[in-house]
Amino acid sequence: MATLTTVRPPAGELPNRPKRRRRRERPGIKGLRRSLQRHWTLYLLMVVPLIWFAVFKYIPMSNAVLAFKNFNVTKGIWGSPWIGWQNFELFFHNPVFWTLVKNTFVLSVYTVAASFPIAIILALALNEIRTGLFKQTVQLVTYAPYFISTVVVVSMTILVLSPRLGIVNEGLGFFGVPAVDFLGNPDYFRHIYVWSDVWQTTGYSAVIYLAALSGIDPALHESAKIDGATRLQRIRHVDLPGIMPTAVIILVLAVGNIMAIGFEKAFLFQNPLNLSQSEIIATYVYKTGLLNADFSLATAVGLFNSVINLVLLLMVNMIAKRITGNGLWS
Amino acid sequence: MTAQVEVRTVPSKRDERRAARARRIREPRTDRIFLFCVYLLLAVFLLVVMLPLLYIVASSFSSPAAVSSGRVLFWPVEFSLRGYHAVFQNPQVVQGYLNSLFYTVVGTIVSVTMTIAIAYPMSRRTLVGRNVVMTLILFTMLFTGGLIPTYLVVQSAGLLDTRWALIIPQAIGVWQVIIARTYFRTAIPDELVEAAELDGCGDLRFLWSVVIPLAKPMIAVVALMYAIMQWNSYFDALIYLKNPDLFPLQLVLRNILILNTTGGGAVDASVVIQRQQLADLLKYSLIVVASVPVLLIYPFVARYFTKGILIGAVKG
Repeated sequence: MATLTTVRPPAGELPNRPKRRRRRERPGIKGLRRSLQRHWTLYLLMVVPLIWFAVFKYIPMSNAVLAFKNFNVTKGIWGSPWIGWQNFELFFHNPVFWTLVKNTFVLSVYTVAASFPIAIILALALNEIRTGLFKQTVQLVTYAPYFISTVVVVSMTILVLSPRLGIVNEGLGFFGVPAVDFLGNPDYFRHIYVWSDVWQTTGYSAVIYLAALSGIDPALHESAKIDGATRLQRIRHVDLPGIMPTAVIILVLAVGNIMAIGFEKAFLFQNPLNLSQSEIIATYVYKTGLLNADFSLATAVGLFNSVINLVLLLMVNMIAKRITGNGLWS
Repeated sequence: MTAQVEVRTVPSKRDERRAARARRIREPRTDRIFLFCVYLLLAVFLLVVMLPLLYIVASSFSSPAAVSSGRVLFWPVEFSLRGYHAVFQNPQVVQGYLNSLFYTVVGTIVSVTMTIAIAYPMSRRTLVGRNVVMTLILFTMLFTGGLIPTYLVVQSAGLLDTRWALIIPQAIGVWQVIIARTYFRTAIPDELVEAAELDGCGDLRFLWSVVIPLAKPMIAVVALMYAIMQWNSYFDALIYLKNPDLFPLQLVLRNILILNTTGGGAVDASVVIQRQQLADLLKYSLIVVASVPVLLIYPFVARYFTKGILIGAVKG
């Protein structure tokens, strides 16, 4: 198991690689033919996974043309008649359109805004204290919820907040506050969603920042200390700049995925009472497509979401690269 | 860097402590207050995460009456195992448990095999075309066909309502491919490949007898990631399966735990019959039973898991 600790990030192409090796890697058809001859077993190995990618990733992408068709089961995807942008128009003019976009967007932004700083705070705090039982306990316990399934987390939240049994209402009752039906009130939905998410993922996210913190040169801390910097000042001027690149990447990914917020949890928290805030694009796609069997419309809505998401990701990445020099693709 | 903290917290003789402190750069008073706040903050984090878990576990070991009347806090009241008894007598739950075990074991084997099969060739620097393949794979992270187009593929592949529907469509994770490839690239030196080639060792044999033994820690991490993902997922089962006999545990849980509780509008404390009490208790025990397998192995694998995340985080 020790070998894992010796892993270093790849240092790009090694500078002093012998020339002999570089010559072997000849590009173009000729090189490919030679490579195929030499390594045909390796190419063979890739065949099954590549077929898998083609079937389960690329065919669905081409199937997305369904968005521009009026799907007819007997005629199949390619035989169904083209109807242009009709499905999109139908969706854009649907009164639920803005509600869906708003719910998705607000839920996502709220999640990022809450979990991003909290994970950093936890990591910074853990980094301040010395290694010992307390530190290990905190890490182990806060990390644990990440391994619990969404179904269980949602069930736990529902149980804890339940008006009849829940411990939260028990506590409120102790202070004379009447029981609140948290899940039945749409106004609470977002808070419940976001804070249960924070509860589940903070420990996990902190691990990434902790690794970045441990990579900071101790000499920086030493010299800051000699200059009389307080702990807070060292966090501000040594730790924070040190984890900046990591934080940027994580934020880029998070913001880029804003419209791709997961179906799983929102769907589980949904009930007829909180639908006005808990219906997001992903759950709407599921209901339109699989429950109402309107495949074309659901595909159009899904495609709309995918495209927005792709554009967002590329945009955020570009901005991040411009500002900090760190992007997803170096 | 943290040495002076140690000195203060380890109880030793006073003069020794004083002498040691004099030798070091003195910590500003504000730092001590700050450090206290840090400990306080961490304690809050610890409690916030731990208390809900404790509450669930405590409830699961309490008597039905105690749970239903909300008398349980963080310690079992009227200790009883009736909740667990009820869980294991529920045929749905037992079937779901067995199904989930099957999906997890088979799914993990399939996923790991496929991941190695694609990641290893792409880690070989002399393989022409690997960058094209990698780009094609990475692109699937950025853009997907969406729910319905994927569903239609699964449907036309004839996988709907079969066990394979939970194994094949999710077989490969791009993230895991990146982790595996990065590991192969960094942990297997090129010299080893060359030596093997000189000795007349073919690529497949090299993969089997050199690479895989060397990559065991990474394979363990990737396998655990897949296993936990498979154990915890419910969404694929929800959309691809109709036959309750095939349901994985998470879907059974959802049916019992959540569908039961939604729509509970009014605060209704009227007729509390015994069956209702047992049904309440069952939920707590179910949560524990469903999470225990994962939480039991997690402390032992957390370290490797972390390293796996970090390998993957390297831009490849």
